[in-house]
Amino acid sequence: MADPLKQSHYPSPLLSQEVVSRTLSIMVDNEPGVLARVIGLFTARGYNIDSLTVTETEHEKHVSRITIVTRGTPAVIEQIKHQLERLVPIHRVRDLTLEGVSLERELALVKVQGKGEKRIEALRLAEIFRAQVVDTSTEHFVFEVTGKASKIETFINIMRELGMTEVSRTGIAAIGRGAATL
Amino acid sequence: MARTMTGAEIVLQALADQGVEVIFGYPGGAVLPIYDELFQQEKVRHVLVRQEGGAVHAAEGYARSTGKVGVVLVTSGPGATNAVTGLTDALMDSIPVVCLTGQVPTHLIGNDAFQECDTVGITRPCTKHNWLVKNVNDLARVMHEAFHIAKTGRPGPVVVDIPKDVQFATGNYVGPSNIQHKTYKPKFKPDQPAVREAVDLIAAAKKPVFYTGGGVINSGPKASQLLREFVRLTGFPITSTLMGLGAYPASDRQWLGMLGMHGTYEANMAMHDCDVMINIGARFDDRITGRLDAFSPDSKKIHVDIDPSSINKNVRVDVPIVGDVAYTLEDMLRVWKAKAPVIDKAAHKAWWKQIDGWRARKSLSYKANKDVIMPQYAVQRLYELTKDRDTFITTEVGQHQMWAAQFFHFEEPNRWMTSGGLGTMGYGLPAAIGAQLAHPKSLVIDIAGDASILMNIQECSTAVQFDLPVKVFILNNEYMGMVRQWQQLLHGNRLSHSYTESLPDFVKLAEAYGWKGMRCDHPVDLDDAIKEMINHKGPVIFDCRVAKLANCFPMIPSGKAHNEMLLGDDVSDDEIDKAIGKEGKVLV
Repeated sequence: MADPLKQSHYPSPLLSQEVVSRTLSIMVDNEPGVLARVIGLFTARGYNIDSLTVTETEHEKHVSRITIVTRGTPAVIEQIKHQLERLVPIHRVRDLTLEGVSLERELALVKVQGKGEKRIEALRLAEIFRAQVVDTSTEHFVFEVTGKASKIETFINIMRELGMTEVSRTGIAAIGRGAATL
Repeated sequence: MARTMTGAEIVLQALADQGVEVIFGYPGGAVLPIYDELFQQEKVRHVLVRQEGGAVHAAEGYARSTGKVGVVLVTSGPGATNAVTGLTDALMDSIPVVCLTGQVPTHLIGNDAFQECDTVGITRPCTKHNWLVKNVNDLARVMHEAFHIAKTGRPGPVVVDIPKDVQFATGNYVGPSNIQHKTYKPKFKPDQPAVREAVDLIAAAKKPVFYTGGGVINSGPKASQLLREFVRLTGFPITSTLMGLGAYPASDRQWLGMLGMHGTYEANMAMHDCDVMINIGARFDDRITGRLDAFSPDSKKIHVDIDPSSINKNVRVDVPIVGDVAYTLEDMLRVWKAKAPVIDKAAHKAWWKQIDGWRARKSLSYKANKDVIMPQYAVQRLYELTKDRDTFITTEVGQHQMWAAQFFHFEEPNRWMTSGGLGTMGYGLPAAIGAQLAHPKSLVIDIAGDASILMNIQECSTAVQFDLPVKVFILNNEYMGMVRQWQQLLHGNRLSHSYTESLPDFVKLAEAYGWKGMRCDHPVDLDDAIKEMINHKGPVIFDCRVAKLANCFPMIPSGKAHNEMLLGDDVSDDEIDKAIGKEGKVLV
């Protein structure tokens, strides 16, 4: 992906800031092509996507929620927000990282194969992470684990040593803490 | 009141209800039902272009010269893909265009059917919004929405893709209504505290400059009036981007000329040295700012823009104001008049003295020649001989475009149509056709280059068919002049493929299309020839043979700042050689 710092022909003092990670919540009208618009904007303007989740959240109102974790300098993040708001089917964009404390959760399905000691160790560690066994045979487990992205990372790193053969992650879903809504 | 009609009828009814008088198009298999409907009505006039790209530029010329929405109708597949350049052009220059494209029947979509392409996919990044209408009952609503979105907020092109079976199907028609769009709500009125802050800053300025752009034109004639009032009230200097020419009269003393890469010395120096910059409807484009870290280093910046994403995109500003230019200027004027601020007249006098010093450099001067027509001279004479007429100017892209911007002066908005953001060669002729259609009695001139004009030369037929007496004034130097200039500046004068070899005989070409063809190659004959062109009732191609190797100056070389301009009169080959450093070379 393009360097997020190179958004202009010329070196800009604006862009020589520290790169930060931000979680954006984007409420969109669930019309055909809306996801393509959002993703196309990121590629066209050279922005990064670290994580992306999307699904309809309010069926009657045809509203979907897109959660994007992106990286860039604060100036670039501000641009991303404005560029997103410019898209016609977008209701609103919120920077959850900037706007206070938010909850971020991810779900992963992790397939681990093995026999003997490693298999027992995998099961024991899964308990510590409160991972559920959702499928099993004498030779494998599929664990379902939820939590912060960092917890998932740690779990995957451990399972890698214990015979992990496959992993599927949902990407981050996020919501602001407290009674206030988007 | 819902009425039942076919999709094709809905399209025509919606166009009529939107007040559309003219559409530019080209028929094909997937739009035949709409063409059939066009044939059977008299409200909407259809102008047949010769290539779909020409249709979009013609619609742009129509839109920019009238302030109305330009409408295009093309078929699926190649019809739509040919329109892409024009759509991108309209997006970059914020021109309201509604482009209707035919599509293969819904059951064939995704089948690689004949003349199928993913029109909404291809045009998604080059439109403000687009729709694929799969249900005839959505068609009327989408049509009205399309016009609403194209013309409001920051204007832009939209595409409505209509499958052929939807054109045949019957459904309900609803008229345009004032229903609020669910998600699209552009902000017109500025925040008052920001307006007051801006006025305070302007009032306290010692070295102010107005920097205005296409946003003033897009906001409508009232915005230009208010701008004039405000600028005259303050007595401050004003410059404008390429897109904004005409919003402020070029004959006025406060006018510094255009700024930017080929702007005047005084405009760029004033931008560099000012203490308060008042940006109204411009977007700090790279042609304007030059090197960003040396851009107007000591100024406080006010930025009025209807598009929030334009603010702080390239340049961090001190007072951002999101709003329509006319609304904002109205508020600024009201606050200014209510406050009646005491301004620092002594400081302004000193500032003007400094500006007059820069002006005295006469940065647009060039070496006159008695035997060869200098391109600058050609534009000057064209201006002098047409300025008292009702004139509209379009251009192609390149040196001739910059010379036109420098030497043709505009007193009114909507008189100047050029491809600014995208820089589309081939824009000028179809745009002139669009402008002429909207203003049949006016003088419409495409100031062209010998290379650019060939990019949409087929539109000569359109002009003949619709009795459009456009004039094409070609500054013919037998080069892609701007490419040649850059090769000289950047690539050791190795003129790689920039010589337009095997040029046609433009006089014969004109005649082949049924136009009048003229040629002039001597300064002594120029005035009479221009008069002959103007007085000819039909369309004319004027092949003006100009000095072959003239360069467009002044110039801010790529990667340089406003105060590092190359001036034309005293620039040596050695300086040209050294003008652009290693870093500048990679820039465009």
